[in-house]
Amino acid sequence: MVEFTPVSAAIGGALIGLASVLLMLLLGRIAGISGIFEGLLLAGGGERAWRGAFLAGLIAAPLLAGVLGYPVPTPQMPSSWIVVAGAGVLVGFGTRLAGGCTSGHGVCGIARLSGRSIAATAIFMATAVAVVAVTRHVL
Amino acid sequence: MPLLASFACGLIFGLGLLFSGMLQPAKVLAFLDIFGAWDPSLAIVMGVALLVAYAGFAVARGRAQPVLAPQSVWPSSTGIDARLVVGSVLFGVGWGLVGLCPGPALENLATLSPPVLVFISAMAAGMVAHGLWQRGLAAPAQKALTADG
Repeated sequence: MVEFTPVSAAIGGALIGLASVLLMLLLGRIAGISGIFEGLLLAGGGERAWRGAFLAGLIAAPLLAGVLGYPVPTPQMPSSWIVVAGAGVLVGFGTRLAGGCTSGHGVCGIARLSGRSIAATAIFMATAVAVVAVTRHVL
Repeated sequence: MPLLASFACGLIFGLGLLFSGMLQPAKVLAFLDIFGAWDPSLAIVMGVALLVAYAGFAVARGRAQPVLAPQSVWPSSTGIDARLVVGSVLFGVGWGLVGLCPGPALENLATLSPPVLVFISAMAAGMVAHGLWQRGLAAPAQKALTADG
């Protein structure tokens, strides 16, 4: 049973917003994780370094917190490897086709009042809600 | 200096995902499960992040250039097209099946959890497949251009 945690959610959300603002103020880039990761995989040399540094910081966060004694959860994943791999391909292909994910469209895009991002966020949220409804309450 | 700044931004972003509980796919799925024991935490995370980003972006827009780079790269695409709709549906299906989107997935690499490694590899493959497909779409147009020349 997962419980509602409004205070930690608000603190975490503020940090996510702050990081997105700082990346724009300092480097002039949008903190869209799918785009940053894609660029690391596919972009030319000069575009790789800052993306690698950002993702290194992202991965360092739980390591640092763990060293300082903050509990880092073990992710609960579906037992079927086919589901995990299939979902991964859908997330990778889909976010690039749509030009963004929860961070790029959901946070940065909506904060820019972009109609594209508002539409994308509404669609991927509604779809995910429908998928969870079917897998948990229908099947 | 830009790399250190980028690392720090990633670190703060990652701490935000960790503190908010969004690293745990089960918590994300509990938000998406509106017909079950609904946990609205993700809406608070996103709402507060949005407010901070909205205010901060207004400051960023007012500045001539970023502190450590020659220019800001704001997204230029506008309009809602088929790619945006289809891509968002595909992403939504994958997100709903596992409860991981790209940020928490990559951050969870720190846990070295085998299913997360599988997810990331598959996600990278999906992105590369999209890139190759895009290149395939661009190639005939280029050929037409050379034929004209």
